[in-house]
Amino acid sequence: MSRRGGPAEVNAGSMADIAFLLLIFFLVTTTIETDAGLDRMLPPIEPPTEEPPVIKEKNIFTVNINRNGQLLVEDELTDIKSLREKAMAFLDNGGAPSGSPEYCSYCKGKRLAESSDNPAKAIISLKNDRETKYSTYITVQNELVGAYNELRNREAQRLYKRDFTDMEAEYLNPETDASRKEDLKEKVKRIQELFPQKLSEAETGSSN
Amino acid sequence: MSKFAKKKDAGLPAVNTASLPDIVFMLLFFFMTVTVMKDNTLKVENTLPNASETKKLEKKDRVIYIYVGEPTSQYKAQFGDEARIQLNDKFSSPSDVGDYILQERAKKPQELQNVLTTALKVDKNANMGLISDIKQQLREVNALKVNYTTYDGDAFNNLQ
Repeated sequence: MSRRGGPAEVNAGSMADIAFLLLIFFLVTTTIETDAGLDRMLPPIEPPTEEPPVIKEKNIFTVNINRNGQLLVEDELTDIKSLREKAMAFLDNGGAPSGSPEYCSYCKGKRLAESSDNPAKAIISLKNDRETKYSTYITVQNELVGAYNELRNREAQRLYKRDFTDMEAEYLNPETDASRKEDLKEKVKRIQELFPQKLSEAETGSSN
Repeated sequence: MSKFAKKKDAGLPAVNTASLPDIVFMLLFFFMTVTVMKDNTLKVENTLPNASETKKLEKKDRVIYIYVGEPTSQYKAQFGDEARIQLNDKFSSPSDVGDYILQERAKKPQELQNVLTTALKVDKNANMGLISDIKQQLREVNALKVNYTTYDGDAFNNLQ
């Protein structure tokens, strides 16, 4: 029979078992890593003798999160969904009168005198309770970073016809070659200077 | 025997399983390429929150991981169900974080010691109190670059 039915078939039944064994080994010893997140810089500890710089009240945008996850933005109870909009309006306000050295030429805000002078001066101050849930905190952080990113994207589109987040990702990617990086570095820096991220976090209050 | 007699039926013919190894190998290669080796077993719950404005953590060798969350069910009896910090393979208190960072930093090559990032992998149900303690510790040892590791997704999903 075998001579007539062509070459004999190799029994590959155990190959599947071996492959399964390998597969199961990889399943148990490895994980799918999540390696993306919100990058933040913590403030360095200042020497106690140093006087804190005086900041005008109108240049500070206060965000308070209480233990129930409610938001108090500029002394006003706010829904988290409108936080990004409010933060953008504050950063983009450009309240300094035209002609003054602080005048912001690229701002498209309402230029209210009682809100921030220009984006470089504007500071967002975030405060949270010890009982605040981490997920709420991340949502707030995400919205604030999102506000900066949207404004930066707008400027990057105007100047370089490209999104800022896109440029930054390419700049930070280790596979990008050096000459391209050099070129991007300048652009990224320029945009960052237009809207510097000034997000300060007060030390956490024990309860309120 | 007649020429046209029916051949003896030798039971059911075997199912051809030749393509089974191929399929399994395909799965195997998928897992080999998308996963990385575990370097420590998680003893805490670690469902990360979602965020949309994320940045990728490049270069694994420049990252120090800190895990925070409730102990998993097998450790609950021993460690309670309050969120805890896991450094390397053991539960730790917030005051150990500074030492841990310094130790890990000393293990890295000289030229990387100033560019390290601390990745905080925190369960979304943890309280900010613990995180604030960790942040304070990080500031004290001057490890100022942090990354709140999150899943990609809509941040408002966190609120439900």
